[in-house]
Amino acid sequence: MSTATINTKGADTITENGIQYPSKVMLDLHNLKKVYPTPKGDYVVLEDLNLQIMKEEFVTIIGHSGCGKTTMLSMIAGLNPISGGNIAVLGNPVKGPGPDRGVIFQAPSLMPWMTALENVMLGVNQVFPHASKKERSDIAKYYLHKVGLEGSFDKKAIALSQGMQQRVGIARAFAIKPKVLLLDEPFGMLDSLTRGELQDILIEIWNKEKITAVMITHDVDEAIFLADRVVMMTSGPRAKIGDILNIDFERPRTRKSVLEHNDYYTYRKHLIDFLEH
Amino acid sequence: MKQSITLNKVTQLMGFGFLKPITALFTGKPQKEDIVNFLKKIVVPLLSILLFLGVWQGGSTALFNKEANFKIEKALADQGQAAADEMKACIASGEVSCQPNTLPSPSQVWVSFKTLLEDHKVITADKLAFKQKTAVMNEKRVAAGKDPITYTGRPSFVDQIITSLKTVFAGFVLALLIAVPIGIVIGLSETLRSSFNWLIQIFKPVSPVVWLLLVFMIVKTLTKDSNSDSAFIISFISVGLCSMWATLVNTAMGVSSVDKDYINVAKVLKLGPMQKVFKVILPSSLPLIFTGLRITLSVAWMVLIAIELLAQSPGLGSFVWEEFQNGAIDSNSKIIVAMFIIGIIGFLLDRIMLTIQNMVSFNKNEGV
Repeated sequence: MSTATINTKGADTITENGIQYPSKVMLDLHNLKKVYPTPKGDYVVLEDLNLQIMKEEFVTIIGHSGCGKTTMLSMIAGLNPISGGNIAVLGNPVKGPGPDRGVIFQAPSLMPWMTALENVMLGVNQVFPHASKKERSDIAKYYLHKVGLEGSFDKKAIALSQGMQQRVGIARAFAIKPKVLLLDEPFGMLDSLTRGELQDILIEIWNKEKITAVMITHDVDEAIFLADRVVMMTSGPRAKIGDILNIDFERPRTRKSVLEHNDYYTYRKHLIDFLEH
Repeated sequence: MKQSITLNKVTQLMGFGFLKPITALFTGKPQKEDIVNFLKKIVVPLLSILLFLGVWQGGSTALFNKEANFKIEKALADQGQAAADEMKACIASGEVSCQPNTLPSPSQVWVSFKTLLEDHKVITADKLAFKQKTAVMNEKRVAAGKDPITYTGRPSFVDQIITSLKTVFAGFVLALLIAVPIGIVIGLSETLRSSFNWLIQIFKPVSPVVWLLLVFMIVKTLTKDSNSDSAFIISFISVGLCSMWATLVNTAMGVSSVDKDYINVAKVLKLGPMQKVFKVILPSSLPLIFTGLRITLSVAWMVLIAIELLAQSPGLGSFVWEEFQNGAIDSNSKIIVAMFIIGIIGFLLDRIMLTIQNMVSFNKNEGV
């Protein structure tokens, strides 16, 4: 990286020693800024935020509540307008929401009147309009199977437990085959046992699909277990990237191997030190 | 046991949860709590009915006596002692011509109810006979290109009820067809909502009578050159216009307050506007729409009586009015019969709507 310059305009190439290579950057946040106007003047949530996320990378974002993590994520999703700077996916600036950036929300956000299968199909139908009905339902069923819901295709979302609903949320996000997966504290509302189960399910599917993922979490252990890099954000206002920690555990990982790894507590201490200062 | 569970489910869904103690008592082994429940939920309400009838009986007796005394005193003052004694004897004998006209007692109302049913049987038989008598003649008339002769006799009480139900149903459908689409449209757009708000706020509280007059002005002119049944048209349109507001407001509210998460999901998936409305917004606002429709139906039934009464269109309203004008000895008790019938039908209509509402709503909130 030291000799390479990444085109900050977001081109899909990288120039190294005068030669152009395809860029490895999937998601590029450049000088990102978010301002909320208030009666007392502008409130700057994010300022000069720069972050590049590589293809097939899993990044977790950690920081204090209210620092603007969710704001940043919803800006990437296109659900929240950008006040300054830009966001590019494979060099194309983000202009609004779209299925190339799948989102797993904090609340499962399933349509309660639809069955688990219908909820996943809602996205699949939209993204693969030319596939046959059978192909589309096969895709949906495959991912529901992957999240361990093969017996609950026809259950109404409202009849599923919170954890099961979030499993459907995971299946729905992967089934539309996005370029980037955005996860906004998806397990924050679950008990620790269910959370562990869902982390395992998420990482198992991710190992197979390797979709670039950005996940917000409050949980230091979750951040380390899932990520290639943990991004630490400073507290707001004018939050930016405070520090980045590379997690060098090989994949696929198991919870046990991670916990027993010598570096685990070093990483953990690093993160906790950051959060406490 | 399984049978009783499904039975309970059905009664619960229909809002007849209060019947549960009875079904519990007669299906399977009665438990001690079932018996306590039976006492609480069946025996005590029965006592309340008896109390109601007692108060009614007492009240009507008191009013009867007051009216009778007044009559006797009036006879005394106008015509002297002999006339007063005659009046007293006349009232005691139960002679129709001199009975005091006041609140009827429960038993009088019950007798009137049976009379009305008898009357219905007579009229139905009469109609059938008329039909048979005119069948051959009507065939000839139709063949000759003339209108067939129709029965023009007086409608029975049951016919009036059916007419009223038809009117309220037509009015309800009209309200649904106007209020739901408009509610969806203004619910979707903040601008439209704020620009049409004045209209809703101003016309919502307008009395049924005024709506009737407005509809009368318009329909009278529109139906000038046709011989359609304008009384029916006027009353059902008025019923629709009076009752549609609850549905309009609820639909707009339901559509505008769809959970933001669902909207975000729709945005991320880039659903088209039609898909967004039919797959996300409408299903999510159905419970509120049905709450509105339920209110609409009960309002429709309530204003129907007043509107029929004023529009001279046949039905329970005009039945009540005619009986009041009639002033026959059993008119008052017939009015009370109509009152009970109106109440019971209103209750049943509400239960039907509640059942539908419970079936379509995804969050199983217990309706009351």
